Amino acid sequence: MKYVDEFRDPKLAQRLVREIRRTGTRRWVLMEVCGGQTHSLLRYDIEAELADCVELIHGPGCPVCVTPAEAIDFARELSLRPGTIVTSFGDMLRVPGSLGSLVDARSQGAAVRPVYSSLDAVDLARKNPGTQVVFFAVGFETTAPATALAVLQAASLGLDNFSLVVAHVRVQPAMEALLEAPHNRIQAFLAAGHVCAVMGYESYSELVSRYRVPVVVTGFEPVDLLQGILECVRQLEQGQASVSNCYGRSVHRGGNRAAQECVARVYEIADRPWRGLGLIPAGGLALRSEFARFDAVHRFGGALTLPVVEDSGCRSGDVLSGRIRPTECPSFGRDCRPESPLGAPMVSSEGACAAYYRYRREGMAAAALNCELTRYPT
Amino acid sequence: MSKVPLGLSCATSIEGTGETITLAHGEGGRLTRKLIHEQIRPVLGNELLAPLGDAAQLPAVSGPTAFTVDSFVVSPLFFPGGDIGTLAVFGTVNDLAVAGARPLWLCVSLIIEEGLPLGVLQRVLQSIATAARRVGVQVVAGDTKVVTRGAADGLFVTTAGIGELVPPVAAGPASLEPGDELIVSGPIGRHGIAILAERENLGFMPAPTSDCAPLFDAVEALRRAAIPVRCLRDATRGGVTSVLHEWALASQKTLAISEGCVPVSAEVRGVCELLGLDPLHLANEGTMLIATPAEAADAAVAVLRQLPEMNQATRIGTVRPRGPAAVTITRLLGAEQSLVEPVGAQFPRIC
Repeated sequence: MKYVDEFRDPKLAQRLVREIRRTGTRRWVLMEVCGGQTHSLLRYDIEAELADCVELIHGPGCPVCVTPAEAIDFARELSLRPGTIVTSFGDMLRVPGSLGSLVDARSQGAAVRPVYSSLDAVDLARKNPGTQVVFFAVGFETTAPATALAVLQAASLGLDNFSLVVAHVRVQPAMEALLEAPHNRIQAFLAAGHVCAVMGYESYSELVSRYRVPVVVTGFEPVDLLQGILECVRQLEQGQASVSNCYGRSVHRGGNRAAQECVARVYEIADRPWRGLGLIPAGGLALRSEFARFDAVHRFGGALTLPVVEDSGCRSGDVLSGRIRPTECPSFGRDCRPESPLGAPMVSSEGACAAYYRYRREGMAAAALNCELTRYPT
Repeated sequence: MSKVPLGLSCATSIEGTGETITLAHGEGGRLTRKLIHEQIRPVLGNELLAPLGDAAQLPAVSGPTAFTVDSFVVSPLFFPGGDIGTLAVFGTVNDLAVAGARPLWLCVSLIIEEGLPLGVLQRVLQSIATAARRVGVQVVAGDTKVVTRGAADGLFVTTAGIGELVPPVAAGPASLEPGDELIVSGPIGRHGIAILAERENLGFMPAPTSDCAPLFDAVEALRRAAIPVRCLRDATRGGVTSVLHEWALASQKTLAISEGCVPVSAEVRGVCELLGLDPLHLANEGTMLIATPAEAADAAVAVLRQLPEMNQATRIGTVRPRGPAAVTITRLLGAEQSLVEPVGAQFPRIC
């Protein structure tokens, strides 16, 4: 398949691995920001292949994972109200809040519907004028343009039965928060390519000069990731710190201006709690006051409930901030598995714990154990 | 079940206005008889169904028989490459075929949601008849129930099937030995993607098509060529991954496949890349996995490739002594990893 196969070419990948080895003189610590990158690194075993020359810390870039439990609880409560349908992307529906997931609520009679686009939710509202349709808007700058467009479309259609639970997050403030954290070990970032496709990468210059860390815009295929890692190592070895774009086929310096304008028209920057990381200043988006009528909190009254106590057996906060690897969590593969997750990173297709369970040897052992447990008499 | 009456993408809206099925059609009176005599019997009728007794009387068969049942709740009812009628026939016939039986007779039970346009029912009945003719089975018994609106989604179909076992019958997955080869009969994931694209109106051009097809001819071809098949299975719900895990469990061996060997069509791959799905977990309705001893694998692939719909049959892996993982996959760059079964359906109601 064009634009995919050439970025999975084993020969090219091996050449880049050799180049990274040749370039590095010590073991540098890099963070890949996005969960999609984490999955690729593990799926193609790049992390293990390069373990002797780079340490990869897995970043918080899994929007489903960082959505606070109280937002899930609120969406869940709305879904149980008569005459209300809650819609969202499939992964979001399976993440547990403090009272269970939206899928659990559906089994109790709640109206919960997966959609592939926020515009599908608008369409649902248009076709069902007697029903309140709520879209649970999660995601980074990548999904915000589409949900902003949904709000604009609902406004132009004059819909009074469409609203959003807004849980959009912004990636750059989270990167800053990680650099500010005590005991930070991150020496360079592989920035999330798809976020940069929307936002561009000009805004990273300030972060780079303030913290002296290289930021390399990186894609998701093995060759993309290896090129990003090589660029990080090259800069670190030369004592440089600059913004560099290794995902040129998708990302341009200024990003997608039309998408940015759409987001800016509908949303404003707001402080936002990240699950596992706490409140991040300017870490999210909120609807502007002129669109407040599309805010589910505004429409349905009440509010997001008080912050909830997370399961003590789940160390997803430490995983999301890169303090521990998923396998260092005592619950990994034992009490916490994809079919009975304690935390969001084990649920989401971008979650680091799910990636380890699926692709790593430790995960293999856990899966094997699981398989032994479920052997049936024949 | 949603408590909100959505009326969305309802299968019943396909045929527009016109005569619809009502609760009275299911109450056993005049309308029920009218439905059976005017709609069902002319389409599905044969000498065994004709008496319309409480039970079909079937002739003796010479040897042991196989008996199976499957229910179909697919949404939408019609999709590129088939519909609930073709699926209900081929699904059950394929279960018989991979169990080593020549399909003979089917029993069809319809659960109809009140309000289903008669035209939709007629189309599905025609599909059942066409599919049954194609594989040479007769519908010999049936039942019809009508439920209130909301108690079903348009139409549910259950088919039970009887077939005659044709020796030699494959010994089954418990007989797998280290060194055996794993073969897939064609590109995977087509049914799952076809349903998803149709239901969610994803608008791919051309629309992905289901692989919905009968497998008996392929099984028969392997038998005629005297290929010593250890086991075979149609890779329906849960896809290839599920079959591999079931075989690993039954044999207590490790099944090792290679990602680069698994055939996937460009359109299925495209959708999977876009939506983050794994074709190995997606449903198929006319594609099977076959295991043979190593020395028979090339011949098995050659036999399958002579069939037009299986010209992409290929070896995808081998059986090994039991290792730490039940099923492993060698990724494109060479890393071998556990192939874990997904939790919950990637998307529901595919068959």
